[in-house]
Amino acid sequence: MNSAGRTPTDWKSGAMQRRIARRYAAERRFRLLGLASVLLSAGFLAFLLFTMIGNGWRGFTQTDIKLSVDFPASTLILDPAALEGFGARQALAGADFEGVTAAAADEQFGEGGARMLSDGAWLAVRDAVAAKPDLLSGKANIWVPAATAIDLAAKGSADRDSEAAYARLDAADAVRTQFSTTFLTGADATDPTLVGIWGAFKGSLITMIATVLIAFPIGVLSALYLEEYAPRNRWTDLIEVSINNLAAVPSIIFGLLGLAVFLNFMHLPRSAPIVGGLTLALMTMPVIVIAGRNAIKAVPPSIRDAALGIGASRVQVVFHHVLPLALPGILTGTIIGMARALGETAPLLMIGMRAFISQPPGGMTEPATVLPVQIFLWSDEVSRGFVEKTSAAIIVLLVFLLAMNGLAIYLRNKFETRW
Amino acid sequence: MLNEIAAEHHAVPGGTLKMTARNVNVFYGQKQAIKDVSIDVTQENVTAFIGPSGCGKSTFLRTLNRMNDTVASARVEGEITLDGEDIYSSGMDVVQLRARVGMVFQKPNPFPKSIYENVAYGPRIHGLAANKGEMDQIVEKSLRRAGLWEEVKDRLTDSGTALSGGQQQRLCIARAIAVEPEVILMDEPCSALDPIATAKIEELIHELRGRYAIVIVTHNMQQAARVSQKTAFFHLGTLVEYGETDTIFTNPREPRTKDYITGRYG
Repeated sequence: MNSAGRTPTDWKSGAMQRRIARRYAAERRFRLLGLASVLLSAGFLAFLLFTMIGNGWRGFTQTDIKLSVDFPASTLILDPAALEGFGARQALAGADFEGVTAAAADEQFGEGGARMLSDGAWLAVRDAVAAKPDLLSGKANIWVPAATAIDLAAKGSADRDSEAAYARLDAADAVRTQFSTTFLTGADATDPTLVGIWGAFKGSLITMIATVLIAFPIGVLSALYLEEYAPRNRWTDLIEVSINNLAAVPSIIFGLLGLAVFLNFMHLPRSAPIVGGLTLALMTMPVIVIAGRNAIKAVPPSIRDAALGIGASRVQVVFHHVLPLALPGILTGTIIGMARALGETAPLLMIGMRAFISQPPGGMTEPATVLPVQIFLWSDEVSRGFVEKTSAAIIVLLVFLLAMNGLAIYLRNKFETRW
Repeated sequence: MLNEIAAEHHAVPGGTLKMTARNVNVFYGQKQAIKDVSIDVTQENVTAFIGPSGCGKSTFLRTLNRMNDTVASARVEGEITLDGEDIYSSGMDVVQLRARVGMVFQKPNPFPKSIYENVAYGPRIHGLAANKGEMDQIVEKSLRRAGLWEEVKDRLTDSGTALSGGQQQRLCIARAIAVEPEVILMDEPCSALDPIATAKIEELIHELRGRYAIVIVTHNMQQAARVSQKTAFFHLGTLVEYGETDTIFTNPREPRTKDYITGRYG
């Protein structure tokens, strides 16, 4: 170094100016890239939502046909008096509503008219009669569900014959398309006009309840034990590695495990939400343990010291201080795990939850299916009427997910401690 | 001969014995943090532990209420007694020990709960109050003794963490004395506080003296001189000198103590 020291930096030199320009450019580039990636993901989400809602909203509607049935002239042998009191159900079951409905349709719409009605149209006739036995004494107009072809024609996507049939019906003012509760209250069926999502929804709900009841306590207690009690040695390292691995195991393998352990070994009922819940709990538990341990680690040690210092026992420290402070984090992890479990299909196929179940499950041990499996099954159906039902089911699943995440955010904010 | 030297080192006349330590060694894994320390803590006096960073004074303080138990690798040898009873014996319940030997930490660490709950927590887990009225009394008395009552009496339901640093530390002292301990250990209680808050804590230590045996670890030699009657100087894990605070600061026996007091190192 000479006596003059360093030459002073020329902050205005060309090289310096170029460096500044490069720095600004890099910053702009990074911001644009970030914005682009956010927009891209938002675009995908919007695309998904638009197509789903565009296809799916029609799944919630149903086309009905006004069928006029002349009961006295029909082949139906049913005494209105028999519909009062105890024998009503038997009397209804014994009557040939199917034949009467078909005959009435043929008469009203000409030969082949019965094909314009849904397979379940006679059920609507029966229910109408059961609700109002007076109808039997004369000619009655009853709204019955239309066949898939007419339904699709009403929604503007069918072949020419159906379009023509629909136009005729429309001209006769004998058809309407409106919001139908069948889809929201029914279960799976073979005819797309009769299917409902309630069965799968209830199945998902019960399965999720079983999952959280099993996975949450076990996961949280494991996390607490590993963080607060377990000594740090080779065994706990091994357990930690195993749990981290378990979180990454493909879900189908959990399905096989569930099949082997819960069905073949423990002989729990097939297709039951309890088995689905157990299987999904195995899958969710590692996620809860990992999230829980991180949340517990984040509780400042000074709080533990403070409690120990005034003579709190280990259990008191854990349950009075550590767990309440870690709870928001644990809940977030739990919901992430639950959201994954809610969308899970593969393991449930293995334990028989893909069966055709036409009744909503009544409890933990009754046969059930779940929303994603129902979507999978319907997307595989041949009848075109199932397309919109599949989309509608996806909307229901997304709403379920949204509600669950909303609950998670609410709970997290509720338990969050402000420092 | 050896006993005489030992006696000279750990015993300082004047005061009723509250806690005694004899030949205490503390290890963290292979590393020895405390080497053969013997010391007496008396009821009437404030005892200050001074020494350079890493000399083991905080470690030693934490052996007095077995807070080191929470460190898996820590191992304590030797004998420490409270009222003549060995605190490391199997018959000693560590939870009760910590209720009898309370602790105030370096950084104020109130629970993220209300001021009332902070003070009431200890009495509640030890069942010291039979009903709400008694609990209210304990909370008020503790906050008064900690000199905080007038400042917080109208906002007992506010979060303890919303207080200023000095107030938080006094809240922690109120929390410690709410369970009526016999000894209070203070681990550099003013190191995170400004001079005014520090002065308040020191004043408080004066007022608490006599009611509780107090042991305070401090970096600040002026503070040790101001608040304590007995001072112990630690260096590299050993107890170099223990005596009357006045003697230690004006006429230390050991050259190392003198060098530290006069600021030659530390």
